[in-house]
Amino acid sequence: MSQPDNFGFGEEASLLKESARKFFAEHFATDKLHKMVAADHSPERMSACAWDRTLWQQMVDLGWTALAVPESVGGLGMPVVAVAGLVEEVGRAAFPCPLLATLNATYVLAACGSGGAAALAEIAEGLTASLAITNSRGSWAVADTDVQCVQGTLNGTAWFVQDARKVDRLLVSAQTDSGLALYWVATDAAGVTIVPDAIVDLTRDQAHVRFDNVSAQELTGSAPAALQQALPAIWTLLAADITGAAEWQLQTTVDYVGTRQQFDHPLGYFQAVKHPLVDVMVLIDQCKSLVYNAACAIDTEPTRAAAFAHMAKASASDTAAYASGRSVQYHGGIGFTWECFVHLYFKRQKHSQLLWGDAAWHRAQLANLLIDNAA
Amino acid sequence: MSEQDTPEQVEFRQYCRKWLQSNKPGEPPVRLPLSPLEIMTGAQLTYLQAWQKSAYDAGLIGCDYPVAVGGRGRSDCQRVANEEMVGARTPFLPNVIGLGMAAPTVFYHGQTALKERLLPRLFSGEDIWCQGFSEPGAGSDLASVQTFAERKGDKWVINGHKVWTSLAHFAEWMIILLRTDRAHKYDGLSYFVVPIRAALGKGVTVRPLIKITGETGFNEVIFDNLEVDDSYRLDELGKGWQVAMTTLLHERGAGDLKTPHSGGMKSKSTHATNTANLIELARATVRNGRPAADDPLLRDRMMQLVIREVGLGQNQRRARVSALQDHPLRLLLQNKLLASEIAQDTAAVALEVVGASASLYLGDDHAPAGGQWPMAYMNSYGMTIAAGTSEVQRNILGERVLGLAKSK
Repeated sequence: MSQPDNFGFGEEASLLKESARKFFAEHFATDKLHKMVAADHSPERMSACAWDRTLWQQMVDLGWTALAVPESVGGLGMPVVAVAGLVEEVGRAAFPCPLLATLNATYVLAACGSGGAAALAEIAEGLTASLAITNSRGSWAVADTDVQCVQGTLNGTAWFVQDARKVDRLLVSAQTDSGLALYWVATDAAGVTIVPDAIVDLTRDQAHVRFDNVSAQELTGSAPAALQQALPAIWTLLAADITGAAEWQLQTTVDYVGTRQQFDHPLGYFQAVKHPLVDVMVLIDQCKSLVYNAACAIDTEPTRAAAFAHMAKASASDTAAYASGRSVQYHGGIGFTWECFVHLYFKRQKHSQLLWGDAAWHRAQLANLLIDNAA
Repeated sequence: MSEQDTPEQVEFRQYCRKWLQSNKPGEPPVRLPLSPLEIMTGAQLTYLQAWQKSAYDAGLIGCDYPVAVGGRGRSDCQRVANEEMVGARTPFLPNVIGLGMAAPTVFYHGQTALKERLLPRLFSGEDIWCQGFSEPGAGSDLASVQTFAERKGDKWVINGHKVWTSLAHFAEWMIILLRTDRAHKYDGLSYFVVPIRAALGKGVTVRPLIKITGETGFNEVIFDNLEVDDSYRLDELGKGWQVAMTTLLHERGAGDLKTPHSGGMKSKSTHATNTANLIELARATVRNGRPAADDPLLRDRMMQLVIREVGLGQNQRRARVSALQDHPLRLLLQNKLLASEIAQDTAAVALEVVGASASLYLGDDHAPAGGQWPMAYMNSYGMTIAAGTSEVQRNILGERVLGLAKSK
């Protein structure tokens, strides 16, 4: 194994993770989240985009959006394993913000070589971005886009764009005469229309984005190769977010079943409750170990990064589903209500579970790598 | 790992490596069993005992124990010796129960003279040890043991029945949990060491129990008025349960004294039942005119197992990075549960992969992998039952790590 034994998770990474945990514990308790995002309970509600811009600005000022930007273009150039530690804490707080979206765009831009430098410099200065690379069927194959570009003009619609209304820039993939290409587009550019989706998750916003004769400059470099290279980081960081959120679900549920009494015992006394909660913990730990393994592979052993990242996201999607189900079930009647906080995480996790590929999809990709490609 | 070594460990590692280069035993003259707990023949035992003795004489076994009890007085060097022995693909050590369970227990709870007498021959493997905890009526509820020791002057008279006793057919000594007071469940237990080989036919009977696989491997041991000296008692009367916790803590790898561990020798007859070999099996098996490895459902299930297997390995890696853990026992206490359930599910999928051929067992020339998979599947239930069933493991994790209320 050519990876460092400690995943490369050193002093700096440890301090970053610890400070992020304190930051959210101090500034963003779950009741604040509930007040902010759950004001309107109507099932037909239009998609809101409620978030705390003041706190977000503090995160930007702390340099968190520039962590993954290479030092050569003004960023901090931190390894993926350190960024994963931060993202785990964002997931634990379920903090609505465009951090993951911006990090995702950062990894794609960084894989573009010199073509991505100018855009990366903008991110280093505090601008936010999101990927607009998915088609209407929600295909995760990098070549699938419903946007075309002819002579520097974008037309078509990008779907399932994450936190679209929170970001300044979009990194758009489009088909051209000479194959797939990437474009860096301002969200307020002429011809860009952001149409919010009405989604289940209250902690994110999502939209489809229409491009009507939008002038755009193509980024040099191979778009399919850049996307392919960035995907392991994208999967791994979402898995890190899921890990943090699942740990919140576990601890919150453990607290509840330690307090709530029925049949003269706290619910956690009963093995029908205790053993599945242990299984939630086992899944979280598997997921967390696979996240740091994948992050470390991206940093130090890129040839194995894709396989390890598929493992991390497959494990994370299963963890999200199981932890969410148990958290609502073991809160009983109150867990079925809007006033109980567990639904916020339940919905965030159901979104994360399928985003950038669900467990079955990742296992199918992993099988292609391990069964068919391995000689 | 070596970058974190102390100067003593660096020097010791070099010494071990050099010694192993010229002293690692050659290919065994007999077929070796899959684990030390299945040693059946005298020839197997002789070969393995010779290996343990030479490794002990070289200072690779028991090296963290004081010199007075047969150790070398080193500091955290057993880990280094283990890494080097496994890295060199040596045979395993036959006296596993002695090294992993009896030695730390005797060391922490035995009288000085007893330790000095017993431990050197335990480390060298000259005396094989076995463990007398479980009984027909005391499995998961270990504290309900009924085998009774009755005081008779400075002697004790033992009567009762112990089961699942691996290696008892070769053992000189047994660590044993006995009832000395019927009125108190936990405080009525005391802990002894008993010389069983010397007493065969004179108060001790060892009989083989046949496993679900058809193999022998463990035994039942019957005590009929066996008289032992009070000096064989460990710790105080009525403290047996606390002493047993020292044994179990070390069995689970969570004790202070690292268990000497060797292994990795590839024998021609062994077939590892892991996911790599499962995938090989699926490639080589034809179902519906195509390789089983092309079946999307089987692919998904095999990948689930790969993910669990890699996840367990990465848990063990993360357990050494304190910044990535919330609770010191959380990962450690999952090891046995996960390893045993992954082994069971891997073997179960292998049996599905080969379809009708899963009916063929060890004696059949057409059995895939010589029938190792059905044997592994059946054997896996030994792993999910022994040393605390999976149900007990989930109780321990729920109570000690998550802090949930203790259930019965």
